[in-house]
This record gives sequence, structure tokens and C-alpha cells, in this order.
Amino acid sequence: MPDKMLELDDITMQFGGVVAVNNLSMFIDEGEIVALIGPNGAGKTTAFNCVTGVYKPTNGQVKYQGQVIVSNHPAGKMKALYAGENRDKYPQVVDPTPDKITRMGIGRTFQNIRLFKTQTVFENVLIATHLHRTSNPLSAAFRINWREERRMRELSLEMLDFVGLAAMKDELATSLPYGKQRRLEIARALATKPKLLLLDEPAAGMNPQETADLGRFIVEIKERFGLTIFLIEHHMDLVMDISERIYVIDFGKLIAHGEPHEIQDNPDVITAYLGVEDI
Amino acid sequence: MKTKKQGLIIGFILLALLFVGLYILENTLSSSTMLLTILKKGVIYALIAVSMNLLNGFTGLFSLGQAGFMLIGAYTYAILTIPVGMRSMIYQYYDGGIVQFAMPALVGILCAGLLAAFFAFLVGLPVLRLKSDYLAIATLGFAEIIRAIIQYEGLGPLTNGSNLLRRFPTFQSVLYPFAAAAICIGVIVLLINSTYGRAFKAIRDDEVAAEAMGINLFFHKQLSFVMSSFFAGIGGALLAMYQGSIQAATFKSTMTYEILLIVVIGGMGSVTGSVIASFLFVASSEWWLRFLDNEMFIGSFHMPLLRSGFRMVVFSVIIMAVVLFYRRGIMGDKEFSPTRIRNRLLNRKAGRNA
Repeated sequence: MPDKMLELDDITMQFGGVVAVNNLSMFIDEGEIVALIGPNGAGKTTAFNCVTGVYKPTNGQVKYQGQVIVSNHPAGKMKALYAGENRDKYPQVVDPTPDKITRMGIGRTFQNIRLFKTQTVFENVLIATHLHRTSNPLSAAFRINWREERRMRELSLEMLDFVGLAAMKDELATSLPYGKQRRLEIARALATKPKLLLLDEPAAGMNPQETADLGRFIVEIKERFGLTIFLIEHHMDLVMDISERIYVIDFGKLIAHGEPHEIQDNPDVITAYLGVEDI
Repeated sequence: MKTKKQGLIIGFILLALLFVGLYILENTLSSSTMLLTILKKGVIYALIAVSMNLLNGFTGLFSLGQAGFMLIGAYTYAILTIPVGMRSMIYQYYDGGIVQFAMPALVGILCAGLLAAFFAFLVGLPVLRLKSDYLAIATLGFAEIIRAIIQYEGLGPLTNGSNLLRRFPTFQSVLYPFAAAAICIGVIVLLINSTYGRAFKAIRDDEVAAEAMGINLFFHKQLSFVMSSFFAGIGGALLAMYQGSIQAATFKSTMTYEILLIVVIGGMGSVTGSVIASFLFVASSEWWLRFLDNEMFIGSFHMPLLRSGFRMVVFSVIIMAVVLFYRRGIMGDKEFSPTRIRNRLLNRKAGRNA
């Protein structure tokens, strides 16, 4: 049995009285591609942000390779407002900043592309190699770290080559067409050398042809870098095609979980996506 | 890579030529010429503007504390370097003050930078958690507090209260501030081009994405803040040397705005832009527009409007025009370099041939 890469236990994220994610528990095994799907506003990205440290969940914990990386319980004014369950189960508070999570080996991309706008394609990737530096500001300024600098540049070029953007490396990142900007975001995330890659709607705004290409590409990076992939997606073709297991949430709650063919026929899922049939 | 090396060599040659030129200029002109004064003040402002640009232009932190750090630098330098024999005269109300030793000028300058950096570190701990306007207000407040503290009577034995500090070592040659500024700006440029500089720019462009790339926001903001203040402190010490005497009351927020103006006009995120804008700013505010302050007659015609203070009106109009026509500053976020100019000329030629 493979090791668990990521585990979410009772993750609840409440903004005041609004419960965005409600008691979400799930796991991802090493080497899997797992998708999280659900209608608009179901809380998918919020769940992601709880894992990556952007939000501090109201309750619950996240384990990465068996180690607790995020943990919280309702405190302060949330004590009275908290609507979820298991409120005293996670007394420990672990609240790392997103950069720490990335350093542990969890890379991510964003739903609304967030490239460094004034930087070139190459520099965008190069920035992502900064976290593995061994130099301090002085040694870096005086280029005592030139070997490391060269390695950073080589790694970045390699990543760009891999995603097929090496020819455009000196262009401004924002001047790339949309689909290539998405690829650049993936290249940038790969340059942080992750073990687990979180993709937030990688196929948003793509046509069926591009989506199919992207599906092949995701499988390819998984194989090549030995990654585990956790993705949020709306394109059902893509999800059904590449993911090994699927979690479905609606209004923050987990409504279904299983292999693609099980999800396809699940009445709850159909109801969530298409609405209830009027009789 | 090859063009980069070429550019570096050309840069060094130009720098050497600059120093030779300055040396010749200094030995041919009388020392009281306005040009030399402008060059001295201009290069000191250039250093301070570049240090502010590191923070505001490259890291995207809108800080207005520059005058405060310059003040710390200037006072540290003055207090540490006034010759012991002069102290009883300068600290006449405070029995000669409590500092009874004097350091060499260079050590004093270095201490000025270090103390400014230390204060920046302390101030940065709470303040750098703020963003944009709030950060600006907090740093501005800090600068005012520092000025008030230094003028405080109780600290008189150390700072001489609100009285002048003078008779500390100054420089005569224009080469001195140029060398100091060249070294400091060189270090800033090296830092900006290093992997840490890339992290600064990433934070400026998108904090959320930068953090997701594993960049520790607080550490890098603090680093940029401390480095910027270190060089502002050195700039303050050089300014003290240039003026020959200092008084806390002159380091007002107006001074920060002057520097900010230079940074904006030169271009946020352009080192050469800040340097060029500094010289233009100092020259036009102190020299080129001076004639506007005096009454003038052409023949028997009395020129209207020209009177004391009119210079600032014209100056403001010029600045408005510059900002209107160069929205992103003279240089934008580009750098001025010989290779760039050559490329541009070649491109233009190619365009014409096509």
C-alpha cells in the first residue's frame, strides 16, 4: 500500500457565518492524480488555500507525508460562530505561511494566472529557484554563489525547455498567449521542486483541443518528475480522463468520492451539477 | 553573456573617464564654481535616491522614512567624528557633551550606515506588516519621531539638542562623494541583480505568487528595508560632510518628498533614472532657475513676474510637464546603458533599411 501524500481531516473554513468548506476529509496517495470538483462557489479553491497556507482553516488539520503541517480549532469570536463538527479534536495550532508550505515540497498554480508581470518568461521561472538557495544576501550580491547561480539558470532553462517555452524565454511573461501563460505557471511551480503539485483549474478558458493537450501534459509531468497531483477542474472530460480518484463537493460539503466511472453515475453529483428535476 | 561582459567593460571605462574628467574639471575651475557644488550635492542625492528606489521601486514598499534614516546617519557621523578639541566649543551648553573621542571619517561613515540599518531593523519589525499607504504613514511618522527625539533637550549631551553640529571632517574634492556614491550604488546594483533582487521584484509584482514560490515575504521586505536605510544613512553622512554643519530641523519630511520626486521622475525601478533625475533636480532647483528669483531688466523693459520665489513656481510647472509626458518617469523601469543605446541605433537603422 502506497504512503499517503496528503491528508485533510475535518477541514472547515468559515468566514464569519459563511461556511465555505465544511468538514472536508480526504486523502491523496503518493503518485496519484486526484481531482476535486464541484459547481461554482462550492469551496474548491478555499480548500486549496487551506492546504497552501493562504487561509488558516477554522477547524481541522492537514497532514503532508504523515506530518501535521496545518492545524487549528475554533478560537476567539469563531468559538461562538463555529457551525461545524469536531470542535475540540485538534487542540494544536499550526499556522505556517505559504512560503514554508512551498519549501516543504507543495507547489501550486493559480486559478487566475499570477505571473510576475514586469519579468521575462525566464526570470519568472528563475525566481522560483530562489527558495533552494544556500547563499546569503552578501555572497549573492558579490557573486560568490556563482556556481549556484549557474545551477539555478540551468534548472530554469530545463523547465522552460520541458514545457516548450524555451524559444520565448526573453519575452515578457504577460505577452504570451493565454495557454502558454498557464504552461509557464506550471513550469514555475515545477522549478520549486515539489513532490506534490496543486493545480487550480489549469484548463480554465481553454478549448477542447488545448484541454486534451493539457491532460497529456499533466500525465507527462507526473511521470517525469515522480509527482503526486491534486487538481481542481471544471472540464469533466479532462477530469474523467486523467484522474484516478475524484472528490466532489457542493456548498463546502463532500457529496461523493470514488473512481471516475462511479462519480459519473452518482445521482447526487448529477443533482449538484444539473439541479433537481422538476416532477 | 558576451554582450553582458562587454557592457561591464564599457561601464568601467566610462566610470574611469568620468573620474578623470572630474579631476581635470576640479583642477581647472575655481573651487567656488556652482558646477562643482551641484555635482557634489547631485551625487549625494543620487545615492539616497537609489537607496529609496531599492525599497519603493524594486521591492514595491511605499516608504517615506528616508529623511529619518538620513538624519540618523548624519548625526551618527557628526557625533562620532568631531575632533575632541572642538567639542567644548560646539557642545557649549552641555559641558562639551558626553562623547569624548573622535573616529576617522571613513569609520564614521560606516557607523552612520550601520546605525541607520539597525534602526530600520527595529522599526521594520512592526511596520513592514503594513501595506501601501499605511506603511507610508507609519514610516513618515517614524522619521518625524526621530527628528523630535534628536532635538530633545535631555539628549543634549549626545546630540547637542536643537543646536548646530559642526567642525566635523568634510571633503574638499568632488572625487570623494563620487567615489563613495559609486561604490554604494555599485553594491545596490549588484544586490538588485542577484537572486535576492529577483525576489524583491517578485514581491513587487505579486506578493501572493511570490509567497507561493517559497519567498519569505517578511524576511525579504526586512532585508530591502535595512539595506535601503543603510545606504540612506551613508547618504546622510555624506550630506553632512557636504553641508559642513547639520541641524535636525533641516531634515524635514520635505526632504523625503524631494527624494521621492527624484525617484518618480527618474522612473520607479530604474537606477540610472534616479541618478540622472538627481542631477537634473539639484541643478535646476539650485542653479539653472536661480535667475528667476531676481528682478531683471531687458533694456529698460522690466520683466514681469520675476521676483523671489518665482523659481519654485516654474520648477513645479516643469515637474508637472515631465510627469505628464513621461508617465513612468524619464527611464521607466529600463536602465541606461551603452549597449542599449547601440542596440537601439542599430534597430532604427535596420528599420530604415527595411
